[in-house]
Amino acid sequence: MIITVQKPLEEIIESLKQYKKIFVVGCAACATKCQTGGEEAVKKMADDLKKNKKEVTGYKVLDTPCDVRIVKKDLSRLPEVKAADALLIMACGGGVQAVERVIDMPLYPSLNPVFLGTIERIGIYNEFCKICGDCILAETGGICPISRCPKGMLNGPCGGAVEGKCEVDRDNDCVWVLIFEKNKKKNVKEGILKKYMAPKTYSKPVKLNNKEKK
Amino acid sequence: MSKFCEKLNKNKFVITAELFPPKGTDVESLMKKSDLLGPIVDGINVTDNQRASMRLGSMAICRLIKEKGYEPILQMTCRDRNRIALQSDLLSAYVLGIENVLILSGDHNKIGEYKDAKPVYDLDTVQLLTVAKQLETGVDMVGKHLKGSPKFCLGAVVNPTASPVDLQVIMMGKKSQAGAAFFQTQPIYDIEQYKGFLKLVSQHKVKILPGVILIKSAQFIKFLLNMPGVNIPDKIVRRIEQASDPLKEGMKICSEIIKELRSFADGVHIMAIGMEEYIPEIIENSK
Ligand code: SF4
Ligand code: SF4
Repeated sequence: MIITVQKPLEEIIESLKQYKKIFVVGCAACATKCQTGGEEAVKKMADDLKKNKKEVTGYKVLDTPCDVRIVKKDLSRLPEVKAADALLIMACGGGVQAVERVIDMPLYPSLNPVFLGTIERIGIYNEFCKICGDCILAETGGICPISRCPKGMLNGPCGGAVEGKCEVDRDNDCVWVLIFEKNKKKNVKEGILKKYMAPKTYSKPVKLNNKEKK
Repeated sequence: MSKFCEKLNKNKFVITAELFPPKGTDVESLMKKSDLLGPIVDGINVTDNQRASMRLGSMAICRLIKEKGYEPILQMTCRDRNRIALQSDLLSAYVLGIENVLILSGDHNKIGEYKDAKPVYDLDTVQLLTVAKQLETGVDMVGKHLKGSPKFCLGAVVNPTASPVDLQVIMMGKKSQAGAAFFQTQPIYDIEQYKGFLKLVSQHKVKILPGVILIKSAQFIKFLLNMPGVNIPDKIVRRIEQASDPLKEGMKICSEIIKELRSFADGVHIMAIGMEEYIPEIIENSK
């Protein structure tokens, strides 16, 4: 899921400074799980906006604001949207831009998307996948060195792994030590690490569809 | 074949030392140091924006060293360049007469001055070694033919004090298979530990130049001890702490280690971190 954190309120208020009437859009998917764009967060934002002398014409938590079809169906025709001067979108950049594609109004993000995260528990997220487009987990026993090694080493550790810890952040395990130790424990036979891992492709199997529909 | 490579092949004790390019364009003091070192070492490593700190480029200094008739070793990290820039720089280095290239992953910018930079790491060290070898055959990574191809003496690093050590042993095998002819290591202060490591990697027919860092003060030893993977025996720590002139003592320790290494190692890689003018004396006293 896309992990997001809220921007500082001052930054949000500053970005809306030319506008009086604001409509707030939330996200019932990832941003709800992160508590940054669900019902509660949206209501809190509406209050904060009011405290900062804004008028909130309304709000709507969309199922998935990152889906253009949902934006068209559930947001674009709302009269409260039309009554506003600007939209504040409490979703990731994918959500903000789906709304941008559909609605011709000034719009502003309230969140900083940080990564595709695996949730450990509330507030503890791990970036275990960088969505690289060509998954190599089959070669590494299900542990991703692209996202979990700061240097993206594909053939094994750098010289900085000491006592199993990563040189870039001593609080973290070196992912190659993890891959090595865990596969030993799991009795994976394929000799992970022995084989040469060729440079990855970073070209993606899905084409960017970056055209405005006329 | 580079002069350095020839020396490696001759099975003599090979000495390399390391120089850091300045932050800025004033190369005078650095070149003075290269004049001190050039005649007495077999190769001078020039670091590549060490600790991700943004400095004058390694390739420029290597060329200046080459012009003086000394033997530069270009350090090349995977941190800042993608596969296009890395290949291009390898070709450029060769054209400038730089044949010795030490390939390393590079200190991550997160632990340096440039925390906000976008780290690249498009290729890892084993891949970059493989690519350098491929350029030698006259084709680039996408299979295009080169008009004129380079010839390198490739090196890599290994950390005998990293743990688990089995992983370093595997990595060393991969790097040597990928084309590394020589290795330099993180600083070694415990000769017995190093000998143990050599036993583990004896099947690889490569030259290993263990690193030594000049300990210049009691404060510096604290810094070193905090560096991950540096193992300094208590005996040495005490000698520095109790010395009336810690720098002198540090030099003595270096000379003693090198003297011991001469009896069994392929060579030594000396790092003096800003105190390179003491290297000639250290070497002299190690004979
Ligand atoms: S290799 Fe890593 S970054 Fe790429 S898709 Fe798989 S898990 Fe994600
Ligand atoms: S210590 Fe391990 S995880 Fe950290 S940068 Fe090196 S290889 Fe990657």
